[in-house]
Amino acid sequence: MSKDVKISKGVNIKLKGTAEKLYANPVSTSDIVIRPTDFPTLMPKLVVKVGDKVKVGSPLFYNKENDKVLFTSPIGGEVTEIKRGEKRRILEVRVKGDGADSYETFKQGDPNTLSKEEILENMLKSGVWPFVRQRPFDVIANPADEPKAIHITAIDTAPLSPDYGFIVHGQGAVFQTGLDALAKLTSGKVHLNITGDSNADEAFSGAKNVQINKISGPHPSGNVGVQVHHIDPVNKGEVVWVLRALDVLTIGKLFKEGKFDASRSIVMAGSKVKSPKYVKTIMGANVGDILKDNVEEGGRYISGNPLTGTKIPANGHLGFYDYQLTVIPEGGENRFMGWLPFIGFNGFSLSRTSFSFLSPNKEYDLDTNLNGEERAFVMTGQYEKVFPMDIYPVHLVKSMMIKDIDLMENLGVYEVAPEDFALCEYSCTSKIETQKVVREALDLVRKETA
Amino acid sequence: MKALEEFMQKIKPKSDGKFPLAHAVWDGTYTFLFVPGHTNKTGVHIRDSVDLKRTMIIVVLALIPCLLFGMYNVGHQHFLAIGEAVSGESVCNLFWDKFFFGAMKVLPLIIISYGVGLGVEFVFAAINKHAIQEGFLVSGMLIPLIVPVDIPWAMLAVATLFAVVIGKEVFGGTGMNILNVALVTRAFLFFAYPTKMSGDKVWVNIDLAEGEKLVDGFSGATPLGNAVKGGVDVLNATHASLMESVIGFIPGSIGETSVIAIGLGALLLLITGIGSWRIMLSTFIGGYLMALVFNQVAGDNLYMAVPAIHQLMLGGFAFGAVFMATDPVTGAQTNKGQWAYGLLIGVMAILIRVANPAYPEGVMLAILLGNVFAPLIDHVVIRSNIKNRLKRVKTA
Repeated sequence: MSKDVKISKGVNIKLKGTAEKLYANPVSTSDIVIRPTDFPTLMPKLVVKVGDKVKVGSPLFYNKENDKVLFTSPIGGEVTEIKRGEKRRILEVRVKGDGADSYETFKQGDPNTLSKEEILENMLKSGVWPFVRQRPFDVIANPADEPKAIHITAIDTAPLSPDYGFIVHGQGAVFQTGLDALAKLTSGKVHLNITGDSNADEAFSGAKNVQINKISGPHPSGNVGVQVHHIDPVNKGEVVWVLRALDVLTIGKLFKEGKFDASRSIVMAGSKVKSPKYVKTIMGANVGDILKDNVEEGGRYISGNPLTGTKIPANGHLGFYDYQLTVIPEGGENRFMGWLPFIGFNGFSLSRTSFSFLSPNKEYDLDTNLNGEERAFVMTGQYEKVFPMDIYPVHLVKSMMIKDIDLMENLGVYEVAPEDFALCEYSCTSKIETQKVVREALDLVRKETA
Repeated sequence: MKALEEFMQKIKPKSDGKFPLAHAVWDGTYTFLFVPGHTNKTGVHIRDSVDLKRTMIIVVLALIPCLLFGMYNVGHQHFLAIGEAVSGESVCNLFWDKFFFGAMKVLPLIIISYGVGLGVEFVFAAINKHAIQEGFLVSGMLIPLIVPVDIPWAMLAVATLFAVVIGKEVFGGTGMNILNVALVTRAFLFFAYPTKMSGDKVWVNIDLAEGEKLVDGFSGATPLGNAVKGGVDVLNATHASLMESVIGFIPGSIGETSVIAIGLGALLLLITGIGSWRIMLSTFIGGYLMALVFNQVAGDNLYMAVPAIHQLMLGGFAFGAVFMATDPVTGAQTNKGQWAYGLLIGVMAILIRVANPAYPEGVMLAILLGNVFAPLIDHVVIRSNIKNRLKRVKTA
């Protein structure tokens, strides 16, 4: 019983620098960083100190709230640095690879023959558990919860995003193993949400043991939260676990090979990348190594996509969840009378106040300028145009700003994640930091309702 | 441009210095000249090119046809009153004389409106230590367009001061006000100085130079004032037939008379998506339906019998529907709510205008009433969304 969902609200922002569907030479790097800040609300507790030797899959830190959730090393070598910020908050754990592939071994085997407890334990110990996130609150799932369903998105609709089908192609068996493992974790359904706009890769369309739903339409139709909303929405008190298809690959490899294989294929994209392509590398890899000689000066490095990604320095590192590395021009120049409509600066606008609405297929080279200053909410109707859920986004955001938890609950706070508001933030005339507002509100509601 | 930028940076006053007002004025000017190159730090890395300045400037641009036409019409009406122009001849006679005369009458009103309003904004920006917000760019242009040409300057200044302080800043400034600022100005004038805002003597400038005199039979009444007396026949007899009302060479507030000029503005607002087509359409539908109802029950009442379409072309109805009802801050914000909000305004505008001829400008009162009701309308719409969500839990 599959569902077809057609999303009409939203927009695909077309940027210059789309990657060719080709692999560049694989990049191996010995400089790996895991950032606890990639995981919202996480309180990390270190288990290693500088100088410790680690193997692939050895724990680096765990979640203070739930000490079963381990975060493990993607590479074998030595812990060389633990970078702390204000209030001694841990920002980075750096591991220097020693070239020797020494692996911690985990349970290997067909998930169909394993029990739920064995699967949970294997995933928690090996460090693949953090890939399983939950709605509400968009945080790492609690393994003790009983999820109503598990949703896996096989589409990424964000600007310059990787084609999951291209990466998964030929790895159908591994992917299926991952799905089988996840299927054991819920008494409800496992939903695999594939694209309805084009032919999905056979690894997706041929998947078994899951309900396959077809999703079509512009961004944010690839956001798993939007899919959940249309297929089987989250109500108060319910929990849904969500993953992306590429995360499932890592879980599949765990059960196939009995080790934590953190290697992943990512896309290098953006107008500042000389030859945008796909590349095989590893979680937490140094992007300086990945982009060596393949990038122009003056770019902003983003681990992730330009709407939801994290700003990193030129020698920064790929995030835990990121399969995309974007380099776009850095802004910072004042624009003389830059507000003039229709003439002068004419970047892509959803508002029809620049002529960009006449050429929807043109690719733009947008920089990181705010293009204005923050103001109070004035315009209406903008958020609604790019927010494909039966939720009033502006009213929800306003209730978040005034921290009214009852109102947030009523307006649907349990169904949203910051990424769902990324396009709202993009189009906002008043330049409000919508995703930040949403993240803080989710943390608040989570704390208050715990 | 580089030189200008360097010069501006050189004279930049300190924000925490002795003269916070100086900094507010400098900041307002500087950000008007140069969109600052702030970059995104968290969240999205790319941003839409639209900002509040661009949005507000588009509304001001949309008002330009009304302004230019209003200036010309002020001159035209004056020359008609003193007999130098005659109805029936080409309206283009004495073109530059009329336009120049009108411009001289209207420009001071614009200067007063912007001067007082922006002055208040700068003071509050300095007190609250925030950047100047652009809301008044539009209000400042609307205010001169919705007053009679002979409004005394001091009254306009007092009314603008009242509207910006009490109507907007006490609520927290741009984006926070409950009532449309320009309409608060007009309502203040209407109730505080009724003799200068209503009746037959204020709509046409009849300052006479030496040797000039009014033409015989000059009345100065607006078409609405005439329609009360004798319905559509009088309208047709006083050069305010349907066609003439649409074109707009009739007495009235400065910017409201020409439906064609308003239509040009509406077109820009609709193309850019800045004005809500739902509100515009539903306001006209509401007004049309109400006027039709009056037509049905008119009996001997000639005013009620004025054809529905003609009603909508008279007075401030079209101007209010296009430029005032669509104010995104004070109007309904939900799509469904906007339909109800527009219908309410349309119905109330014609109801007040026709049922109580003492208030020919029902549109102003109707929109203010709509502003007050907008949050309630949105509340009802959102309640139904909340109910649906709760129902989902129960049926699941």
